Amino acid sequence: MKPLAVGDTLHAFPGGLVLRHNKQVACELPLERPALSEEYLLQVVDRQGRRAKIIVEEGERVLGGQALTRASSDLETVTHAPTSGRIGPIVQSESLWRPGSRIDCLQLLADGRDDFIEAEPLSDWITLDRHRLIDLLRDRGLAGLGGAVFPSAAKLRGDWDGIHTLILNGAECEPWIACDEMLMRTRADDVVRGGIVLARAAGAGEVVLAIEDQMGAVGERLSEAIDDCPIDFPIKLVRVATIYPEGGERQLIQALTGEEVPFDGLPQDLGLLCHNVATAVAALDAVERGRALIERIVTVTGPGVRRPRNLIARIGTPVGELIEAAGGRSDDAGRLVLGGPMSGSALPSDRIPVHKGTNCLLALTAEQVRRDQPVMPCINCGECVRVCPARLLPQQLYKMIEGERHDAAAALNLFDCIECGCCAQVCPSHIPLVDWYRHGKAARQLEQLDQRRARLAQRRHDARQTRLEQERLEREARREKRRRRLAEGGQAKDEIKAAIERARRKKASDSDAG
Amino acid sequence: MLNALLILTGLMATVGCGLLWLGRRFRDDSDRLVERINEILPQTQCAQCNYPGCRPYAEAIARGEADINQCPPGGQAGVEALAQLLNVDAKPLDESHGEHKGPVVAVIDEDRCIGCTLCIQACPVDAIFGAARRMHTVIESECTGCELCLPPCPVDCIDLVDRAEPYCPPRPDNAGDASPGVIPLKVA
Repeated sequence: MKPLAVGDTLHAFPGGLVLRHNKQVACELPLERPALSEEYLLQVVDRQGRRAKIIVEEGERVLGGQALTRASSDLETVTHAPTSGRIGPIVQSESLWRPGSRIDCLQLLADGRDDFIEAEPLSDWITLDRHRLIDLLRDRGLAGLGGAVFPSAAKLRGDWDGIHTLILNGAECEPWIACDEMLMRTRADDVVRGGIVLARAAGAGEVVLAIEDQMGAVGERLSEAIDDCPIDFPIKLVRVATIYPEGGERQLIQALTGEEVPFDGLPQDLGLLCHNVATAVAALDAVERGRALIERIVTVTGPGVRRPRNLIARIGTPVGELIEAAGGRSDDAGRLVLGGPMSGSALPSDRIPVHKGTNCLLALTAEQVRRDQPVMPCINCGECVRVCPARLLPQQLYKMIEGERHDAAAALNLFDCIECGCCAQVCPSHIPLVDWYRHGKAARQLEQLDQRRARLAQRRHDARQTRLEQERLEREARREKRRRRLAEGGQAKDEIKAAIERARRKKASDSDAG
Repeated sequence: MLNALLILTGLMATVGCGLLWLGRRFRDDSDRLVERINEILPQTQCAQCNYPGCRPYAEAIARGEADINQCPPGGQAGVEALAQLLNVDAKPLDESHGEHKGPVVAVIDEDRCIGCTLCIQACPVDAIFGAARRMHTVIESECTGCELCLPPCPVDCIDLVDRAEPYCPPRPDNAGDASPGVIPLKVA
């Protein structure tokens, strides 16, 4: 198969919306590091509910950059201490992924000295074996910084042959998020070289760096960085049209290649691998500067904060402190959203710590979150179908989920919904469609879990019934045999005599021994 | 005239017989009906329906001996599913067999367990692990929460706790309220 031409011609993807951008709001002030926090909360339970193996004891003093957990496979991410301090107890923090519930976090009480372990930079990474490079990235805690926090090692190692192109995703399309834009403005050289690190680790022969066409100055800086790059590696800069959700992995690939990632497949099936630009910079920091992933850029923005800006936040900082560092919340702030306005989720509290996927904190005013239009019945206008980038039938999905026919919704490919929010945005009846899909997906998964449990219970019950029946038959057979033997009188008497003889002999030998 | 009548009668008789045969041929035989009823039942094997397990209850329903509202773990949703399958009217759950509760699992207080094996013998799905005079424990992923292990325990060391279920966001029926988790999508 001829390898796909990535980014030579731009293609369209179905649906999407052109939204007004508000990125400049957070880009006016320069990047800043907020003051050290007194305590950091590090999540030790991942999105799938797996708990990491903790390798430090409570009360132990750790240095910044020291590994606190161990990864037993590529699917786990190592967590490192964001600063020096003493390990506190495991505490429960409000969970972002499960509102209302709590998840385990490791507490780190900072001592304010901010001592770090000695960095082990690696200058010859360009010639290093790719598996050793991936091991190194895993040990330094690399995970997808675009928001999904998928362990990068698992994505890079994979058993797909013929990964030919690494796509660096700099097309952050949510209207308020600007952390990747700020990163590309300030560290254009590192984005380019980080892309080469990831391409080396993935075994790809080309890097395609995709940004939005509205990021004017960023594009120039990246072009210069590509020209000045000391490493000879094919890198291409592509500007894609600013259409939400262009920054979604599947949408971006479709825009760059014209090919659709199969609904049950991955970009790797097309020989492509997609990483966020921030992941690339973190990969470069990991190899070239020997630093573990302990901080990321977080956009703190929205009309609900006084001085919107981008901050370099240590992982584990409570989000409330970032809001303070951005001037605090304004008087009319109404809601704090993690992520953008289209696909983010409302935060239940500002005590939730920053994790590796926290890209943006958006504070909206009470006025903005007030629902000024009532939810009306669906009128089958089909606007949602027109804008759906996954080519689903949003109104059908909604009706199935509302009628609790989750199996029918799943058959309409509910699980291919990327929760981008386009359908809810255009709905003239103001139906909160994405909330319905989130409910529908979880309810369907619960149903399937119950079915699996029921089948397991049935199998085990049947097995037990069979076993009990077999034991009963065996017992009956033994009883029958005994009864028959007793009935045949002579033989029974012989047996009794033999038994008495045996007992006597045993007694005699016992008394001899005694 | 007579010819036409004869032909029509013959035709109708043939089609009628054909349909009758097809109906018999593809009728739900009782085994399949039992299977389908059994699939709806929650497989808790708790015997609250007064039958020794889910399958015997399914067989009794298929024979017409048992009512469809005797399964507390299945709850009202289960009764309705059965009513739909059997094409009868749904009725409220018969509370005399027990109340519908959320999903629970048994947990053995391991300090108090004396290792008598009575609960192991009572468990319908072999979800309790242990040996005589050795501490027992419940395999959580296999426990159906049937409560059959509670009565035989001589030291009362088994408790039922809520099973940890994955989170399910609520139905956004009342999206007008400012309930957490609902973001009115509005781009300023």
